[in-house]
Amino acid sequence: MAEDKPIDELSGTATTGHEWDGIRELNTPLPRWWVWVFYATILWAIGYWILMPSWPGITGYYHGLLGYSSRAAVEKAVIDARQAMAGMQDKIAKTPLAVIEKTPDLEEFALGAGRSAFAVNCSPCHGADATGRKGFPNLVAGNWLWGGKLDDIQFTITHGVRNGIDADARDVEMPRFLADGILTQDKIGDVADFVLSLSGSAHDAAAATRGKQIFADNCAACHGDQGQGNTQFGAPRLNGKLWLYGGDRETIVQTISYARKGVMPNWGARLDPATIKALALYVHSLGGGQ
Amino acid sequence: MNMMTTHDVASFDVRAVNKRGERSLYKKREKIHPKRVQGFFRRLKWIVMAVTLTIYYVTPWLRWGRGPGAPDQAVLIDFPARKFYFFFIEIWPQEVYYITGLLIMAAVGLFLVTSIAGRVWCGYTCPQTVWTDLFLVVERAVEGDRNARIKLDHAPWSFDKLRKRVMKHVAWILIAMATGGAWVFYFADAPTLARNLAHLHAPGVAYSTIGILTFTTYVFGGFMREQVCTYMCPWPRIQGAMLDEESLVVTYHGWRGEPRGRHQKEATEKLGDCVDCNACVVVCPMGIDIRDGQQLECITCALCIDACNGVMTKLGRAPDLIGYDTLGNDRRRAAGEPLKYSFLRPRTILYTVLWCLLGVGMLYSLATRADTDISVLHDRSPLFVLLSDGSLRNGFTVKAMNKQRVERHLSLTVEGLPGAELSIVGQTDAVLVIGPDDLRSFRVYVRAPRADLTSDSVPFAFILTDAGSKTTVHYQTMFRGPAQ
Repeated sequence: MAEDKPIDELSGTATTGHEWDGIRELNTPLPRWWVWVFYATILWAIGYWILMPSWPGITGYYHGLLGYSSRAAVEKAVIDARQAMAGMQDKIAKTPLAVIEKTPDLEEFALGAGRSAFAVNCSPCHGADATGRKGFPNLVAGNWLWGGKLDDIQFTITHGVRNGIDADARDVEMPRFLADGILTQDKIGDVADFVLSLSGSAHDAAAATRGKQIFADNCAACHGDQGQGNTQFGAPRLNGKLWLYGGDRETIVQTISYARKGVMPNWGARLDPATIKALALYVHSLGGGQ
Repeated sequence: MNMMTTHDVASFDVRAVNKRGERSLYKKREKIHPKRVQGFFRRLKWIVMAVTLTIYYVTPWLRWGRGPGAPDQAVLIDFPARKFYFFFIEIWPQEVYYITGLLIMAAVGLFLVTSIAGRVWCGYTCPQTVWTDLFLVVERAVEGDRNARIKLDHAPWSFDKLRKRVMKHVAWILIAMATGGAWVFYFADAPTLARNLAHLHAPGVAYSTIGILTFTTYVFGGFMREQVCTYMCPWPRIQGAMLDEESLVVTYHGWRGEPRGRHQKEATEKLGDCVDCNACVVVCPMGIDIRDGQQLECITCALCIDACNGVMTKLGRAPDLIGYDTLGNDRRRAAGEPLKYSFLRPRTILYTVLWCLLGVGMLYSLATRADTDISVLHDRSPLFVLLSDGSLRNGFTVKAMNKQRVERHLSLTVEGLPGAELSIVGQTDAVLVIGPDDLRSFRVYVRAPRADLTSDSVPFAFILTDAGSKTTVHYQTMFRGPAQ
């Protein structure tokens, strides 16, 4: 049959024998370079089957002579990256924060490490931009509950706040003035108006005047005469525009009556010291650091 | 003078390998064996070859003192430091438009030259032409001229043939390696890199670059030659659009040469000046017959002019049967009209004006470019921060650049924002200290009372001032606050 293939007179090329309305289809051979490349890809595929994981089985798969696994490759890459960073991590663990801050290459590394550690561990509560939200402090405004120096921040991250696990945790609690029967509802209302007056917010002047003495007796010890706050006790500043739980009268009454007990994990139990240092430097660099 | 006759002229019984009308896109390459030729254009090409090759091989070794801390190589493309040095000019990555401008000038210059004098780039200065010529010199020195080479090609393998072939290829590969080797010196300090290359300490990319360029030089110059111009290069196709009737091209004056022939067969037959000796065909590196008219393959190397003029001189006939001429003048000569050279045509004027404008513009901007620059990036998150005292704070990343070779202290201030205070992270003052030839990044906080803001986005400017020279650089940006 094959030798009977008709030849096209014009081009001298064999035709496929197909003919439509007198038009015959040439059977032009494939270019040789193309055919050889095609054969080469077949050889490559066979080699690939043998060397690489290729055939699925019922309970497992054929691992290939090279035993390649993308999961193992990732694990190795992670280990390599850890090793590559180990030197800098060590240095950061050993160097005091104040020195790191003055050493450009250490600081750059620490800020980078801090940024990624913050995104993973801290941003769920404090926000990706560290501006916090209701109940979770803003870390960029310089309005610190427990102090904004590098060492303060490092301590707070390491031991956490009121977590009941770490003995060194920041653990001062505000009394529940109504629930514990310290003040009556009316007096709490008067104090709330006085607190509002501290920051220049709208308030009932008569109530505020009545509340002044109550504040001095019950609140000023921690929050200060002017409501300036005290980082020793984690007592928030009351004469500013920033409110952790809300600055309206109703919320302030609620806060005085039942107190607030924000908690934070003791990260020292979960993160290594170098990462905590990096976090402290990063948080300190966000604009609020003291 | 002893006049020679047509019988004394060596004649070649050949057809051009790539003769017009007989070319086929699907045929195999036929090897071209260009014959050696002497004459004005060959001499010109030798000179151009010497000059261009010297520039290429020697440039990276030129030194140019720039003071301590800066490379002393006259021409250096410093990728790690992202700088380009050219004698007294230093270009930063954000000034890459100078390079773009130079490339546009090169293109417009090429258009201008092409519209006046045809493909002189292709014929004289293109690296493909120059290196092919160089490879031909080697080939001729080892294997002999055209006839010897053809004979050697057809000869059966022998010790002598093997010896010649090995010598030729070794010489070619050495030239190719020198070519690739010279290239990498443009990207690193040449003497250091040369030492490292010799001690096998150079970076892998240097060896691979040399390897690739050695390979391409060897293949393009030794084997592909005219095919690069005909099939790979887009320029011959583009240049067709630059040429017109008044552009100088290598022309065969058919009106004078035809009918061509050696011997007058009949008394009535009047022969032209062309003796059909095919000297123009055997010297052509592109394998064409110039007498077939203008062809895409012709790189206007003008060697056929030299070949033909040699023959015409021997015969005592007027030279330039093949010569540089415009197609318009070829027609006018044939018709006996006065010649006309009009190099000032709308397109040449346009190209010249464009070229000059670009050049002057670039020189002006180069001469007056700032040696201080600032760029400001506003924090995206948070856009603004409300502080306890009720004021607002915006964070910025400020990058300041010092293109002088001395350390500078530049003060940063804010303009257009009432009551604004500026602070730089890690500093107590607002002075940016930038080392010589450096770029530094600073975290800057700007604080403004909320009451003074008239909108959620107030335009203001950072101003960088050099106390010494009193130069200032402004950067306009926005102060963001809550919606009003």
